Amino acid sequence: MSATDVVVTGLGATTPLGGDVASTWDALLAGRSGVKALTHEWAAQLPVRIAAELAVEPSEVLDRVRLRRMDRCEAIALIAAQQAWADAGLGTPAGEGVEPTGVDPERLAVSIGTGIGGIITLLAQDDILETSGPRRVSPFTVPMLMPNGPAAVVGLEFSARAGVHCVASACATGAEAIAYGYEIIRSGRADVVLAGGTEAVIHPLPLAGFASMRAMSTRNDEPERASRPWDKGRDGFVLGEGAAVLVLERAEHAAARGATVYARLAGVGITSDGYDIVQPHPEGAGFVRAVRKALAEAQLTGADIVHVNAHATSTPTGDMAEVAGLRAVIGEHPVLTANKSMTGHLLGAAGALESVATVLSVRDGVIPPTINLDDPEDGLLDVPVGKPRYQPVPAALNNSFGFGGHNVALIFTRP
Amino acid sequence: MSSREEIVAGLAAILEEVAGVKPEDVSEEKSFTEDLDIDSLSMVEVVVAAEEKFGVKIPDDQVQNLKTVGDAVSYILANA
Repeated sequence: MSATDVVVTGLGATTPLGGDVASTWDALLAGRSGVKALTHEWAAQLPVRIAAELAVEPSEVLDRVRLRRMDRCEAIALIAAQQAWADAGLGTPAGEGVEPTGVDPERLAVSIGTGIGGIITLLAQDDILETSGPRRVSPFTVPMLMPNGPAAVVGLEFSARAGVHCVASACATGAEAIAYGYEIIRSGRADVVLAGGTEAVIHPLPLAGFASMRAMSTRNDEPERASRPWDKGRDGFVLGEGAAVLVLERAEHAAARGATVYARLAGVGITSDGYDIVQPHPEGAGFVRAVRKALAEAQLTGADIVHVNAHATSTPTGDMAEVAGLRAVIGEHPVLTANKSMTGHLLGAAGALESVATVLSVRDGVIPPTINLDDPEDGLLDVPVGKPRYQPVPAALNNSFGFGGHNVALIFTRP
Repeated sequence: MSSREEIVAGLAAILEEVAGVKPEDVSEEKSFTEDLDIDSLSMVEVVVAAEEKFGVKIPDDQVQNLKTVGDAVSYILANA
């Protein structure tokens, strides 16, 4: 391992499957869905009336006064980051008059992205503007809706002084934020990066927007069966909300403080399709290049990749294009999983949550099943269903693709 | 016309809602920024809520003169 190798020393998440990593992982292994019928009044008028909402509300974790000046996506990013920090054993963060214990704040950065950001705040304050006029618009409106809000909130919590960043690449955001964190460490700018993604847009406008694109499942009468990647009956993705944060750390720094290492982030590959604003390249050319770059960086070949945590959103075209690309660049042998079959699509947080799952697969040698795969497409690779697959996972690939042609490939290996 | 005590209680309720200040900590001599830890953005919310609750207008150039709870009470009594 070289001096600037990057390892994962902490995990945090709040998702539709559970309020933390342990409960989320438990649900993934057990094949439990977090998708439910929406019970809000506003849902009745929408063509899509299902979603994967948080299992634990932020109000159960953060105090009211703190919460009222944060958008939901900021609150859950903070909750996930707090968990990851504690998990990494980084000790007391630097504060007014408080010396840091685990990391020098000038060597700590944040890279937390969001696909859409504080839209719930934006729309709520717009309503207030319309009904009550400008004076009643909250003075916290801008800090709540700005896309760098989640990263900034986390940066403040931990006094991160090496840079606070919001990466945005739609559904590839969470993975790309982690890739950027990797690059920050490799460049020598920081020793520790809190990296991940957050999204909380379960609200009429985004739901209507995605529905108008005909991108979402309308299986409203069977919520838990609606997200069905690779199944012949799939009819679009299911929206989810949540946040996930990884502690990325320079390997030597982690070793010096005796940190427990989950896995190594061995390689990243980022490309763009240059093809269409929403459709992926039909042969997955862009994503294949991303995987090749990640493999080269990790000094591995396709044959070494035992497991792929697929992007697989349950869309008619995207799912199998990804499989075709994987066959071409990795081979016939990898064991696949589609976490979105249970979590729904967390947009900007998806790549980060799926990285958490990939890291745990590498550490624990277990691959979660994919649910709702009752009638698999022809040409599918090995996908465990019904129960998890127990086998060693020395190297795994996590793919994420985003509207706009963004492709991110992350390779995690045993430390 | 409200008494000073009633106005203090009304402000205490606003301060608790906006900034989580404990009502028993709110008294006339307390400074909003120094003693009660109200930052500038929260102060805007306090002012808007007070305008609604007490039926007064508190223009921005007046707000800077309202350093303590007592200052605010006096202003409200004079302008309601």
